[in-house]
Amino acid sequence: MFAYIVRRVLQMIPTLFGVMLLVFVLFNVFGGDPSLVLAGKHLTAESLANIRAQLGLDKSQSAQFLIFVKQVLTLDFGTSWSTQQPVSDIIGSRIGPSLLLTGSMLVVDLLIAIPLAATVAYFRRGLTDRIVTICCTIAMSVSALVYIIAGQYWLAYKFGWFPVSGWSASAWHNLWYYVPLPMLMGLMVSLGPDIRFYRSFFIEELGNDYVRTARAKGLSERVVMLKHVLRNALIPVVTTVMMSLPYLLIGALVLETFFSIPGMGNAVVLAVNNSDFPIIKAITVYIALATMVFNLLADLIYKLIDPRVQLT
Amino acid sequence: MTSTVQAAPAMTGTPEVHRGFWALGWRRLKRDKVAMISLVVVGAFLALAVAGWFNIIGDGWRKEVAIPYAAPSWLMQSAEETLPPAEEDTTSAKSSAPIVTMTQAEDPIGKEVALARQNMGKYASVETPLRETLPFGADLRGRDVIVKTIKGTSTSVFVGIFGALFTLLLGTVLGAISGYFGGKVDDFLNWFYSVFTSVPDMLLLLSFAAVAGRGIKTIIIVMALTSWTGTYRLVRAEYLKLKNREFVQAASAIGASDARRIFVHILPNISHLLLVQFSLLTVSLIKYEAILSFLGFGVGVTQVSLGSMLAEAPAELVQGVWWQMVAVTIAMSLLVTAFSLLIDGLRDAFDPKANK
Repeated sequence: MFAYIVRRVLQMIPTLFGVMLLVFVLFNVFGGDPSLVLAGKHLTAESLANIRAQLGLDKSQSAQFLIFVKQVLTLDFGTSWSTQQPVSDIIGSRIGPSLLLTGSMLVVDLLIAIPLAATVAYFRRGLTDRIVTICCTIAMSVSALVYIIAGQYWLAYKFGWFPVSGWSASAWHNLWYYVPLPMLMGLMVSLGPDIRFYRSFFIEELGNDYVRTARAKGLSERVVMLKHVLRNALIPVVTTVMMSLPYLLIGALVLETFFSIPGMGNAVVLAVNNSDFPIIKAITVYIALATMVFNLLADLIYKLIDPRVQLT
Repeated sequence: MTSTVQAAPAMTGTPEVHRGFWALGWRRLKRDKVAMISLVVVGAFLALAVAGWFNIIGDGWRKEVAIPYAAPSWLMQSAEETLPPAEEDTTSAKSSAPIVTMTQAEDPIGKEVALARQNMGKYASVETPLRETLPFGADLRGRDVIVKTIKGTSTSVFVGIFGALFTLLLGTVLGAISGYFGGKVDDFLNWFYSVFTSVPDMLLLLSFAAVAGRGIKTIIIVMALTSWTGTYRLVRAEYLKLKNREFVQAASAIGASDARRIFVHILPNISHLLLVQFSLLTVSLIKYEAILSFLGFGVGVTQVSLGSMLAEAPAELVQGVWWQMVAVTIAMSLLVTAFSLLIDGLRDAFDPKANK
């Protein structure tokens, strides 16, 4: 087990190196000369050279790459080009709102999707199953953008049930005041595919021999479903959720932009708009790291809850 | 196991006409009513899109044909009923006589005025009166929503189809090389794959978009560079499985080159998977394009797509103008649903073993 973890962690090194190379090639080689943007209107050869020296652009490409590697290893990405704030400060302040929104969305999504998926899988091919499947298909056919636009207009602007957009300093206030509407819109998008996906797990488990055996020995349907099927069907659910956790970090990009939630997704969009490369670079590297770590954790938890799994 | 599969057609020995794989799949697909209807809808969308690319229809989407935010005609109570009738203009006849202060000879620019009067007819622009209503309303600049939606759908489908095509090409070539050759090449491409998968799609798309700017060609390239990973994994696994089959060994025995074995012998055997993958990619890229354009990183300002039309919707809704959003929603939902149902049908028809 320990050897496995060590091996996996060592495997992360070339991948992280690759991510750094990708980001570097993308922004430093193809990204064009940022000093022209930074110098602004008062463009003189002197100020241009000054900015170049500050950013290390006067050095060779390999030397610049080394600077970037050093930045990644020390997790110090310098300052934002547009606001001059340290990148770590920006990310630190942005990660909370993102996690609050996506985290609560994930919890509610699971609480709704899993029981519903289990129910429709149990009554497979019945009326409930058909209604839910049709609802899911219809819900999935509408673009996420339409939900957000229509939801904000009718639920918030017309009916006044929710605030149109905004964010406050208090996490609790956010959770019960600002989060519900974006969360509802996010759920409209995510519930359809999730229910169908989890349903397939339950259907697969229900077809297994152990279910027939459990029924044959006279267990009630309740026990069969809750004790035997649920626990087995949750194994793939847990792995899927674990793998999706890094995505929580960048938050719901469109939701955050649309409801002006100061999260990571919002920061990414803003940074792309302002060509603020340090922020995009930093977020990309952080998310890549998180993805690798969570993939490893997913495999470990998989092993933990399902001892049949062999880690290779 | 493999030998029985290979030998099966010979052993049955029926004198029937031998049907090809695609013919059999097509026959199964024809039995699937839902899939056939979806095929017709998708076909209609494709025809519309192709017509849009060649500017056969939807070309005049920029034309201002109605008043700003003209309402759909079936909705509008005609303006005469709601507005008080305009007063008869009786004074105009009296005031219409020109006020002459000096003769042409006295006027210093008299000659030029006379010349201008002469040529007036030549340069006068033919002003068509702006319409009060349109079949499905108009947008802020009085452009016909139906024409605009057609053009926007055409752009979105263009991005989806060509993005999927390039993605498929990249993923298939890399996957085939990786799975077929194995070894060092496989390791290297796998490393490449793990790098691209460790960054979420949307973040990667935005990073590429930040560097590459905007425009239809850019989005297509960016999408191909970011979404090839799924196809790569699929194709690689298939090549790993197929490269040791007898038919490939037979091909190598008669001296077929590696390239020939990869593209002529193995590739046709996974073509049905690629067709499904292509459809899946098209749908997801159409959705991505909408989000990118909505965020302002998609098509340029002179172009229109479903996403850029949706981006106009919030400002319109506040003024009670909902028809553009509804038109886009209908077009997009129809397209996405038909495509998804078609994919299910294709899967059932061409991959019957996958059925449970």
